[in-house]
Amino acid sequence: MRKIVAIVFVLVMTGSAIGQIDPSLLRRIPKDTSGLQMNMDAVYNRPFLQVGKLPVALGGYAEANYQYLQQDGVTEGHQFQMRRVSVFISSSIVNRIKFLSEIEFEDGAKEIGIEFASLDIEFNPLLNLRGGIVLNPIGAFNQNHDGPKWEFIDRPIPATQMLPATFSNAGFGFYGKKYKKDWVYAYEVYLTNGFDDQIISNTENKTFLPASKENPDRFEESFSGSPLLTGKVAVRNNKIGELGLSYMGGVYNKFEEDGLVLDKKRRVNVFAVDFNTTVNASKTFINAEWAFVKVDVPDTYTEQFGEKQQGGFIDFVQPLFTKNIFGFEKSVINAALRLEYVDWNKGNFISTGENISDYIFSIVPAISWRPTAQTVLRFNYRYYWQKDILGNPPSKLAGFQFGIATYF
Amino acid sequence: MGKSTIILFLLTAMLACNKLLPDAPADDEILDGPLAGLTGEENAIFIRGDVAFNDDVFTSAKGLGPLFVATSCGSCHAGDGKGHPFTTLTRFGQSDTVNGNVFLHRGGPQLQNRAIPGFVPEQIPAGATSSKFTPPANTGLGFLDAVPDASILALADPNDANGDGISGRPNWITPKSYSSFRPNSISQNGKYIGRFGKKAATYDLLQQTATAYNQDIGITSVYEPVDTYSGQDIGAEVSEQTVLDVVFYLQTLKAPVQRNPNDADVIAGKQLFLNIGCDKCHTPRLTSGPSTIAALSNKTFFPYTDLLLHDMGSGLNDGYTEGIALPQEWRTPPLWGLGLSKNSQGGSYFLLHDGRARSIEEAILLHGGEGVQSRTAFQQLNTSDKSKLIKFLESL
Repeated sequence: MRKIVAIVFVLVMTGSAIGQIDPSLLRRIPKDTSGLQMNMDAVYNRPFLQVGKLPVALGGYAEANYQYLQQDGVTEGHQFQMRRVSVFISSSIVNRIKFLSEIEFEDGAKEIGIEFASLDIEFNPLLNLRGGIVLNPIGAFNQNHDGPKWEFIDRPIPATQMLPATFSNAGFGFYGKKYKKDWVYAYEVYLTNGFDDQIISNTENKTFLPASKENPDRFEESFSGSPLLTGKVAVRNNKIGELGLSYMGGVYNKFEEDGLVLDKKRRVNVFAVDFNTTVNASKTFINAEWAFVKVDVPDTYTEQFGEKQQGGFIDFVQPLFTKNIFGFEKSVINAALRLEYVDWNKGNFISTGENISDYIFSIVPAISWRPTAQTVLRFNYRYYWQKDILGNPPSKLAGFQFGIATYF
Repeated sequence: MGKSTIILFLLTAMLACNKLLPDAPADDEILDGPLAGLTGEENAIFIRGDVAFNDDVFTSAKGLGPLFVATSCGSCHAGDGKGHPFTTLTRFGQSDTVNGNVFLHRGGPQLQNRAIPGFVPEQIPAGATSSKFTPPANTGLGFLDAVPDASILALADPNDANGDGISGRPNWITPKSYSSFRPNSISQNGKYIGRFGKKAATYDLLQQTATAYNQDIGITSVYEPVDTYSGQDIGAEVSEQTVLDVVFYLQTLKAPVQRNPNDADVIAGKQLFLNIGCDKCHTPRLTSGPSTIAALSNKTFFPYTDLLLHDMGSGLNDGYTEGIALPQEWRTPPLWGLGLSKNSQGGSYFLLHDGRARSIEEAILLHGGEGVQSRTAFQQLNTSDKSKLIKFLESL
């Protein structure tokens, strides 16, 4: 509680302090508009505000929404939600040495976490050392998830419930980029703390990698004692798009304690492929991600927790108008559509040999208005149906969501 | 199509709210849901029990196992319906009514066939006989619980005095110390009538719930405090209130609602059901006695069971039993909700006590012992009449 009070105090005082500063001292740090920005650049490719010549820049974003959802005829009524407020602080210590941190408040102050806090040292564009709390670069969404960048209020189900979105851990690694004409090649590789046995022992009653996010100790100790390896290679061409291939894997269970063997080493392996492009003729933005999860679940455990999962999403965003609306010059209205699918448990029942069901499919049409690039007002309709492990008649959920998200 | 038209179309589609929100399934299409006529306070308890039953998933941190069969109540009873072979129970250790279960010290009567990581599940000990039990539907249990003992005894004919070939009898059991006797309970030599479970060896829903937490999930309670793995009293891992909420939930789940009762084939099928004598065990109508829950008091309902044990022949004799039931004796299972079984069993039937019958017709044909007469009569029906009879059963 004292920590929360302290954080709130600092934030309030920071806000007051900025309010007393001559606005002419505030300076927007120009974003890199080279067009060769990649998902891996997302953590720094954000609007920051610098105060005078101080070497520290501030930024952040906030998301709030209203929703009315109904599941199989039952609704919880009208809900207003402050999903999250994120505050970034970056600092260029010297040229080629910088520090960035991101503190996120979710659902009011229900969850407060340091999502990112790393020191980057550039030895060479191809060789940068990063250490601290890093985002494990599995898929693209985990790297590039700021709310104001998306036309959809909910984060993609495959990226948040199958993969652990915003999964960050303490660790070290390297990243780098190589430019060659219209092409840019990039890599990231990290060794961090990682998963724990909650991924197969959780109240979701299914293999659920995000359950490990509930373990705050991952920032100070590794549950398994083995490092989690996360690596990604990506290539981007301005005319074609960006393709990323990523892997994350390691031992998730506590296989020994005090030198005594408890179990064999059990691994979790995740593979993901992501792609995004903009169709030049129509300016349609397409963003897709697909991932596979493989978990070594003990044979004597329960088939409720699957050994294999797969799923992904694809977003289409079509700008419809770019015009002055309510005085906001060059504001954009988009139509968008998201399709999502996750098979939580790929395989067959031992008892019957029949397919294990347990999947979810979702469709989300949307309309968004961007008065500026940093702010979005979104109106979504969400419809999903999911079948239980046995494949019984699906549960259906649908509803309407309206939300705002903005960098500040 | 112009851009304005696209926006207008999308907005109109989104704002057609009522058409775009999923409706509740019809009352007769699902098994879950509360009894009509519960008070506000009873509804609140029902919801608590619903959450505990369907949403409360046990993990090792919450006391799961270490040996178990399932991780939650809802895992075995999806939608409050019948279960699937995935969560079928195995019981072992009692082959006759004389010696009782001689494998209690070896983990009997229930096999915990799963274990949390690092532990080894139970195996059926050499020499023990066993039987598989498919989880039953939960609906309407409160009505069955409220049937007076005298009504059950009135249906019994242990010596087949009327010579119809049917000789149902109650399973006289010793209730758990924590069970409360029903008003006007009838005892025989200190034993009471069991009415739940495949062998009618469970006295009431409190025993059913507490033992299911303990034997199925490996969760102890004040009622069943002994850990199935260590054999030690380890105190309660689930609160007494939660157990009682689940008992209340099971008591107050509605009775299945028959579909298409006025369909001509269903009406004809019902008549055939009566004509070939199915109703001699699958008693269509019962009446509850007084209950502390007004919605259950003195109600007439249609479960199609007599809650009695019947000899089902050697084909259904697994060599395992409970209480005074002979290995080939089984309690008449209620037929209400039968037509919705597929919706909780993954789209296909797994019928009879162990799910061996993959269709209603196969289940009928596997009836032996006291059921032979009706089975033979069914076999002699023409195809059309068989179809009508099955249509009636599927309407339940």
